[in-house]
Amino acid sequence: MKAAILLFPGLNRERDMARALRLVSGNDATIVWHAETALPAGTDLVVVPGGFSYGDYLRCGAIAARAPVMEAVRSHAAKGGLVLGVCNGFQILCEAGLLPGVLMRNQNRRFICRDVYLRVERADTPFTQGYRRRQTIRVPVAHGEGNYIADGETVARLEGEGRVLFRYCDPDGLIDPNWNHNGAMNAIAGILNESGNVLGMMPHPENHVEEIMGCTDGRGLFEGLADHLKRAA
Amino acid sequence: MSRQQTKNANEPAITPDLVAQHGLKPDEYERILKLIGREPSFTELGIFSAMWNEHCSYKSSRIHLRGLPTKAPWVIQGPGENAGVIDIGDGLAVVFKMESHNHPSYIEPYQGATTGVGGILRDVFTMGARPIACHNALSFGAPDHPRTRSIVSGVVAGIGGYGNSFGVPTVGGQVRFHTRYDGNCLVNAMAVGLAEADKIFYAAASGVGMPIVYLGSKTGRDGIHGATMASAEFGEDAEEKRPTVQVGDPFAEKLLLEACLEIMANDCVIAIQDMGAAGLTCSAVEMGAKGDLGVELDLDSVPCREEGMSAYEMMLSESQERMLMVLRPEKEKEAEAIFRKWGLDFAIVGRTTPTLRFVVKHGGDVMADLPIKELGDEAPLYDRPSVPSSPRPVIGPADINPPMSNAEALETLLATPDLCSRRWVWEQYDHVIGGNTVQRPGGDAAVVRVLDGPKGLALTADVTPRYCEADPYEGGKQAVAEAWRNITAVGGTPLALTDNLNFGNPERPEIMGQFIGCLRGIGDACRTLDFPVVSGNVSLYNETNGRGILPTPTIGGVGLLDDFTRSATLAFKSDNECILLIGETAGWLGQSLYLRDICGREDGAPPPVDLAAEKRNGDFVRALILDGTAKAVHDVSDGGLAVAVAEMAMASGIGATLDTPHPGVPAHAFWFGEDQARYVVTVPAAAVRDILARAEAAGIHAARIGVTGGRAVMLADERPMAIDKLAAKFEGWFPAYMQEPAAEA
Repeated sequence: MKAAILLFPGLNRERDMARALRLVSGNDATIVWHAETALPAGTDLVVVPGGFSYGDYLRCGAIAARAPVMEAVRSHAAKGGLVLGVCNGFQILCEAGLLPGVLMRNQNRRFICRDVYLRVERADTPFTQGYRRRQTIRVPVAHGEGNYIADGETVARLEGEGRVLFRYCDPDGLIDPNWNHNGAMNAIAGILNESGNVLGMMPHPENHVEEIMGCTDGRGLFEGLADHLKRAA
Repeated sequence: MSRQQTKNANEPAITPDLVAQHGLKPDEYERILKLIGREPSFTELGIFSAMWNEHCSYKSSRIHLRGLPTKAPWVIQGPGENAGVIDIGDGLAVVFKMESHNHPSYIEPYQGATTGVGGILRDVFTMGARPIACHNALSFGAPDHPRTRSIVSGVVAGIGGYGNSFGVPTVGGQVRFHTRYDGNCLVNAMAVGLAEADKIFYAAASGVGMPIVYLGSKTGRDGIHGATMASAEFGEDAEEKRPTVQVGDPFAEKLLLEACLEIMANDCVIAIQDMGAAGLTCSAVEMGAKGDLGVELDLDSVPCREEGMSAYEMMLSESQERMLMVLRPEKEKEAEAIFRKWGLDFAIVGRTTPTLRFVVKHGGDVMADLPIKELGDEAPLYDRPSVPSSPRPVIGPADINPPMSNAEALETLLATPDLCSRRWVWEQYDHVIGGNTVQRPGGDAAVVRVLDGPKGLALTADVTPRYCEADPYEGGKQAVAEAWRNITAVGGTPLALTDNLNFGNPERPEIMGQFIGCLRGIGDACRTLDFPVVSGNVSLYNETNGRGILPTPTIGGVGLLDDFTRSATLAFKSDNECILLIGETAGWLGQSLYLRDICGREDGAPPPVDLAAEKRNGDFVRALILDGTAKAVHDVSDGGLAVAVAEMAMASGIGATLDTPHPGVPAHAFWFGEDQARYVVTVPAAAVRDILARAEAAGIHAARIGVTGGRAVMLADERPMAIDKLAAKFEGWFPAYMQEPAAEA
């Protein structure tokens, strides 16, 4: 694994992400400053971590989506390279047009930090091969704007093409509006792009990778990625 | 002594009215005239008002604060700097402080709270520490007061809004409601940072002719006279003071943090001071005065957000996210490049001088020329008259007739504003960022891993204001003892504390009596428990229309765990474990929540605190945790034993059956008395005999009071209470009050 973690001013989970990647792969990720125009040679995974890029004073992720480094990310993705966006990273990928839809304010209009349950809808992707299909995992969320919305046609396509990768659910894996804390359409927590190499998700798997965090359900995502990249190399 | 003229045609003339508007009393103004030998200019009057208000000068509290213990072998820096610093071994230091932002939070709850958090974070990273956790203590008015709901909503969102964006976990907080905070909420924010012990940065400037650099956000007209506002009581006009509240920008602060730590790592910094209360004035004077140097500022170089700002406005602005530094001259370019990279303003705004004078120039004129040391050292110092609070009667357990069954009382208490779950609050705080939060909010103390471990820090914030009101001395002791106990209950060794002393108008003798009494109690407890004060903040004049708040000396405690994996939590771990009660139960109902919320009487003397018993019992419990015998641990505080056990059951889903109360203690007093120095501990049945024998040998009261198991809580012969029903009540109050559906637990 040769991961690059993008750093826009105001992002704040780059250290958490770097620690999770180091834990499963043994490799240190490279932190790439927003003003760079190229990714380090040989980068096989680009991670856009969480935080409040540029303070999120405009639409979340809107400014970061236009930063110089995003051109390099676009061409990396166009060549089939893997891209993972978490939380603000998901918002940035949507704003950059790498993923469809938008993240609106949580239904209760408050920031929510709690553990949620996710149903893994597919296990045949580089991001989820560390899980079983329909496995329920527990990971934390920490966001004020995670309510996924897209037009009906887009959502129908996402569903039809199996591009909804994670859905909010109850502890038994059942979809229940009471367990959809932010009100996202179809309980969508994470989606893939058309080619399946770009994932955006609101929850933070990087914060559930060690026993001390109370749960290690997030490890599967990083282990799956590391395994996939090892075999691809 | 030669003196430059400081007259400026555009500045208003000094009149008694103008002096009074600056919060300076006639005798204080006389003191200024005597000190400088002439009439001050308008800008100078502003500088004096900033330096000599209660908030910055501690003029009413200073002589009493001297009685607090501040030293221990592990204390690197006690009170007097931006924050306290303690040594935790391995070359690491913990930097921490708590500070109030009460008045602004009442006027403008969201911004008041954000800037409170921002200010305390700056205090910590100014000293070279990366913040690793925030904590807080919030006091709101009665739930049915018309403003309370919106203040709760704004303050909680503001605390979350700043910390979440800045990127530090807010790992806990105290929340209380009381009608005495109706017109004056309290927002006490604590920040904790980690630094290398030999790389702590201080405020004292050194070297003559060194460049003084302004960093961070631009200066605007916000917050002018904020510190003066914080030094007066509120009347009906509180709302009109909105323009004195600053606006927080956590994004700017995050950049400032990264830039500051980067230039510190590159060895560019001689001295650094954040611009907090009284902004540029206070920071520049402190850097000079502490380093025995003069300072000359040229305000033409100050980055301004607005056109045409006067010297007076620039010197008194409390715009946020700004720093002042003295740089190593040879590192100026390097430092500037780092700041430009982070998109922050960087300007040389002055020099250190050998004159010991504070000179402020603007547009070619000298706007102020004052003796720098005297600005701080010669601030008024008052030994204000005080009267001790009159003692309240001791209420015996048999004096109270229970108005309902104990089961019903427990169900009722768990759904009261002061005892119900705070989940609604802390779910708005990102408490997991950083990946080091070992114990999340809701336990006795939060536990945060240090770097990659195995060390951990235990953090808590505590005070019981109704005890302090009824008996300031015992209340002061109790605040420290409870912080010490909460750290102990997770297995931590308490190391040091920060105190945030919130009181009413010190010009009233009964308020000074409360202040002095609480401080005596705090001091005695700190000495007995070996728990020194390393930083703090005093907030007086917390009054509205002549009615003071409850005396609220919040204690922010920090403890150390050598191995965080050995920390204890309050959740029961399995069925059939024996429940022990450590500490003596007399059934003290005076000032208890049972008496207040079940019997409708806020009355009596509070529980006395036996500091020797606190130490003995706490050390015993900590040993049980560290040797792995104790499986679940919870301190007994508000609401008494029954509430403590119910919380342990709700945290785990495992029930408990408790035995008949101790002989001689009426059942309601046994279940709900708030006797101090007590813990509930669960242990394997096989270990009980040995533990009780050891306790007896050590002179510690310990008794087996029941066993875990089942899905209900049973108080001896009362009807069983299903845990899920208790939890629904416990979780229900806050969301219902804030008009939202309850979250799934």
